[in-house]
Amino acid sequence: MADRSSKRRTLRLKTPISAEDIADFRLGDVVYLDGLIYTGREGVYKRVVDEGAELPVDPAQVGNVNFHCSPAAAVREDGSYNVGAVTATASFRFAKWLDRWFEISGCKVIIGKGGMTSEAYRKHLVPQGAVYLTTVGYGTGALLGRGIKRVVAAHWLEDLGIAQAMWVFEVENFGPFLVESDLQGNSLFERANAEVAKNLDALYEGLKPPVMSRYGETDDRKDELI
Amino acid sequence: MISTQTLQNVAEELMAKAAIEIPDDYLAGVKGMAETEEGDLSAFVLRAMLENYEAAKEDRRAMCADTGVPRWFVKLGNEARIEGGPVALEAALRRATASATHEIPLRPNRVHPLWRTDHNNNVGLNAPEIDYSFEPEANWIDLTAVHKGGLFGTDYRMLFPGDGIDGIKRFLLDTLIAFGKRGLACQPAIVGIGLGGSKDTCMVLGKQAACLRTVGNRNPDPRIAALEMELKDLGNSIGMGAMGFVGSSMVIDCHIEAGFTHTGGMPMSVHAFCLSSRRATARVHADGGIDYRTDPKWFTPYMRRETVEWQTDPASGARSA
Ligand code: SF4
Repeated sequence: MADRSSKRRTLRLKTPISAEDIADFRLGDVVYLDGLIYTGREGVYKRVVDEGAELPVDPAQVGNVNFHCSPAAAVREDGSYNVGAVTATASFRFAKWLDRWFEISGCKVIIGKGGMTSEAYRKHLVPQGAVYLTTVGYGTGALLGRGIKRVVAAHWLEDLGIAQAMWVFEVENFGPFLVESDLQGNSLFERANAEVAKNLDALYEGLKPPVMSRYGETDDRKDELI
Repeated sequence: MISTQTLQNVAEELMAKAAIEIPDDYLAGVKGMAETEEGDLSAFVLRAMLENYEAAKEDRRAMCADTGVPRWFVKLGNEARIEGGPVALEAALRRATASATHEIPLRPNRVHPLWRTDHNNNVGLNAPEIDYSFEPEANWIDLTAVHKGGLFGTDYRMLFPGDGIDGIKRFLLDTLIAFGKRGLACQPAIVGIGLGGSKDTCMVLGKQAACLRTVGNRNPDPRIAALEMELKDLGNSIGMGAMGFVGSSMVIDCHIEAGFTHTGGMPMSVHAFCLSSRRATARVHADGGIDYRTDPKWFTPYMRRETVEWQTDPASGARSA
């Protein structure tokens, strides 16, 4: 297996991640983190953004990295936590809450699965000086689980459940992640899509169209689903 | 007589094995792809996954935190007898699902579709699914746990006989490309294709083809086997690899299962068994002996019988359709 990784940079950073480090990110950089990160997804966003609830913790104290994740975890009888694997969830569904969320939380880095559109980056992330890191695989749950050294807190666990609670983790060498968006709002995935799209017409050439189409069906295979 | 306590213990063990240990056939497939993948980012992803499978086994933790939807496939030998009958078997599988969810731990993924009620144990209304099949002359029970991931990567379409192989290729490409972008399907995947049957059968066959056949296994019908290889190569020629990055790692293997269908139609389903292709099987013998394995051996000649009668050849013990 040839090592083709030489072109890529690997960065190891402490949270909160500084504005300089964020400005230095290049699409496709590999990132590992140390320090505090927290989870938050629709359950937390709804509560804080839609319902105006106070954050259960001072955002300045928990780093500036919001992980779109629900851990495979259980609460032991003595009240301690058993965190097994952690994997991100698809982020494109959360764009609508992000403007207010960034303002309230001071978050600068989102980690998730699948990224968002470059349009969403320009609209919601770029103005805040925020970027998006994607998990890898996406099934690297065991590697990420290994990077979690300690559960600092599991806020709103009772009300929101294991999947939606706001977990605060202390992490070490936590990764790998890939830089998916930069401060210009470019997207690594969209760059890949554009490359792949060049081949699509040739791929379908000679395959006759179905005898019955589907209502609302698009024929533009360069489109994305999100 | 097979005891229900044995069944529950075995089922709990299978839940952990499925969640933690990537099956060898799939692992070999990913390793092979990591060797040949020319796409820089796609190859990086495959190497990270290989590291991840190792970490899961070393730490005894789930390979992916989205532990999917745990479900069961039961093959009952015709001569097998269960203490308490099939109801006791179902109870054992539901108990094992709940306890293993807490013990391993798995993510309690199962919620009510409308009220989002979560029992925190992956058990609820119609969950976990239990699919059955039977085997003549056997006195064992095969239990297979599958933790199928993926909100994405599965689709169904009613095609028609006039669409022919072109239609099958188009629909496969459509599905792989649509869900392959950004790696939503967590490819490279074992792609299962259901062809024919009623609509629901078509979905079931495709799902079982993806989840219950091993990488490298071919359909016994040589023409279907050839189509499997052709469709696998087609998927890998899209130009898309892991996470939707440029590359060739899309389809680890392609499995097709067919069923007789309405004379006017050719329904087709596509299912992607993701980078966490989680399955584990155990055979529980009548004397209480237990053999674990990763090949479910679900599609037996009996399962694929085509004619009215099923006969056993008394001389050879071999079966003919
Ligand atoms: S599709 Fe598979 S690998 Fe991807 S997140 Fe879901 S379970 Fe994990």
